[in-house]
Amino acid sequence: MASVTIQGVKKKFGATDILHGVDIDIADGTFTVLVGPSGCGKSTLLRMIAGLEEITGGEIRIGDKRVNDLPPKERDIAMVFQNYALYPHMTVRDNMAFALMLAKQDKATIDAKVARAAEILALGALLDRYPRQLSGGQRQRVAMGRAIVRDPQVFLFDEPLSNLDAKLRVAMRSEIKELHQRLKTTSIYVTHDQIEAMTMGDKIVVMRDGRIEQTGSPLELYDHPANQFVAGFIGSPSMNFLPGILRRSADGLRVELADGTQLDAPPQSSGVDGQPVIFGTRPEHLTLVPEGAAHGGIPSRVVVMEPSGMDTFVACRHEGVELSAVFRERHDFAPGSTIHLQPDMKTAHLFSVDTGQRLAA
Amino acid sequence: MFDRFQNSRNALGLIFMLPAALLLLLFLTYPLGLGVWLGFTDAKVGRPGEWIGFENYVFIATDSVTQLALFNTLFYTTIASVLKFFLGLWLALLLNRNLRFKSFFRAVILLPYIVPTALSAIAFWWLFDAQFSIISWVLVKLGIIDTYIDFLGSPWNARFSVIAANVWRGVPFVAITLLAGLQTISPSYYEASAIDGATPWQQFRYVTLPLLTPIIAVVMTFSVLFTFTDFQLIYVITRGGPLNATHLMATLSFQRAISGGALGEGAAISIAMVPFLLAAIMFSYFGLQRRVWQQGGGDK
Ligand SMILES: Nc1ncnc2c1ncn2[C@@H]1O[C@H](COP(=O)(O)OP(=O)(O)O)[C@@H](O)[C@H]1O
Ligand SMILES: [Mg+2]
Repeated sequence: MASVTIQGVKKKFGATDILHGVDIDIADGTFTVLVGPSGCGKSTLLRMIAGLEEITGGEIRIGDKRVNDLPPKERDIAMVFQNYALYPHMTVRDNMAFALMLAKQDKATIDAKVARAAEILALGALLDRYPRQLSGGQRQRVAMGRAIVRDPQVFLFDEPLSNLDAKLRVAMRSEIKELHQRLKTTSIYVTHDQIEAMTMGDKIVVMRDGRIEQTGSPLELYDHPANQFVAGFIGSPSMNFLPGILRRSADGLRVELADGTQLDAPPQSSGVDGQPVIFGTRPEHLTLVPEGAAHGGIPSRVVVMEPSGMDTFVACRHEGVELSAVFRERHDFAPGSTIHLQPDMKTAHLFSVDTGQRLAA
Repeated sequence: MFDRFQNSRNALGLIFMLPAALLLLLFLTYPLGLGVWLGFTDAKVGRPGEWIGFENYVFIATDSVTQLALFNTLFYTTIASVLKFFLGLWLALLLNRNLRFKSFFRAVILLPYIVPTALSAIAFWWLFDAQFSIISWVLVKLGIIDTYIDFLGSPWNARFSVIAANVWRGVPFVAITLLAGLQTISPSYYEASAIDGATPWQQFRYVTLPLLTPIIAVVMTFSVLFTFTDFQLIYVITRGGPLNATHLMATLSFQRAISGGALGEGAAISIAMVPFLLAAIMFSYFGLQRRVWQQGGGDK
């Protein structure tokens, strides 16, 4: 096992800058997730760690070894590809044994290692099958088996679950996490799915357009997003954003929406009186103001109701801005009716309109 | 009953296939049937033959020229196919790289294949000419040899010369088909094997070659069939000479049947090729083409 250090890493494809200097410190034995929208450069970064793409600038170290100029096989990493890349002409057993065979390990050792990996992943009955004869989830497990037999310093995963159906994805998610808890091998996991990132990562790196937006633990990112992008990207359904004007007065901080609605803002927020801001609040932090109460809250017109049994999702609109709310209780609002939603001041955030940065103390 | 017929996809398929099947039957079986029949007769040009049983086959089995032609054909097919395979594979691997002017090279490589055989044969005839050969001329100028090579004058020279012509003409087909095969191999197998620790040679040995085998089987089967039945090149370049050293079964059959007028005997020589061709097809079909790993899902 080893730590991975990424320092000022840049990547150009031809004249196009894809990564603009990325720094990440990955501690030994941790599970780090790179997450971001499609095309932001996650796979490229992962492939640079693997040695499949050249490093245009900066430095990557695995353990204390600089690997910039090492070919993949000398980096002691294993990778699980999105399409699994299982060799179609080899059985499950041979797929897993391939790297060991190339490393000229003796037959008994290879058999033992394959058997152990097969046991961990419950692949024992499938060892003599070809990849074509396996289901998606089984192939996925073989791909992981191929990685773990080698007992590498680092596991790299590139969207390994995105070809699976929703139910299997959830199951494999916890399987991978459990595997990591068991093997404790440093892992770097790429996904565009923030739920995967939140549920699996010890540490999450949010990327956008070849830059890192924020790095932190799942709940840090959830509770203290550095900017509006992270706030909107992490969490589902995603955070509501309402444009308004910051009002600073003796009795606290408020945001005035376009229609005059006054909302309490987190008192420790920075920002000057009269500054245009974005008020951010998560759907689950909105509470319903009881009918006929003397009020407050954001008047919102109900557009769609989506009861899921466990909770009730309500899509609304306030002055043309989409607003969603999630209630633990069951409700039955008529579409078109108006409800009043009160944001929780303590968990709300203010963002600068100009920079998108969170206005924190 | 009629309803069931209407609803049956098989019946519909049969109806759609019928015209094609009839045409095939007509145009394939008629010449083949005629050939088989002629082989059992003593037909001559202008004279319908009489049934003589296996007499033609007994004769060609003991005829030294036919025996030589069979040897020539096997030699020609083996050497030319092996050369075409290795050259074709090498070219395909080369063209599969990210070269500059890739599409230009890919087009150029097809040229020998596009030129009509008879035309390229004439070109080779000139290349191999005893007095005007440009190959000899260049070698003499370079001081490598002192006298012009008599490419087509001696049996072994002639054999290797026609093989060279056949290889030149056949390589594009092999190269382009294998290139198409190479391009179906997902780059992720190479990435995965690079991470697994394979050297480029090991990648070729354990990834490229096995994944290419089905295509190799198909293209080499065709190549062997075409080479074994080759006629045009030989007919234009050497006419089977010198001393029958380059006569193939096909050219000998033509010579005996059309030039010599012995239709029955010529037909028998042609029909004698069939078992060899069938053997080649069977070998490729059962030996190489379908592998377990190619077959679809489901339990074994
Ligand atoms: N081989 C390549 N040549 C040129 N551009 C590439 C190449 N690979 C990726 N890109 C570009 O780099 C950007 C990042 O790609 P990628 O790392 O695959 O994104 P993702 O975050 O979805 O995994 C994309 O805009 C993509 O078009
Ligand atoms: Mg990707």
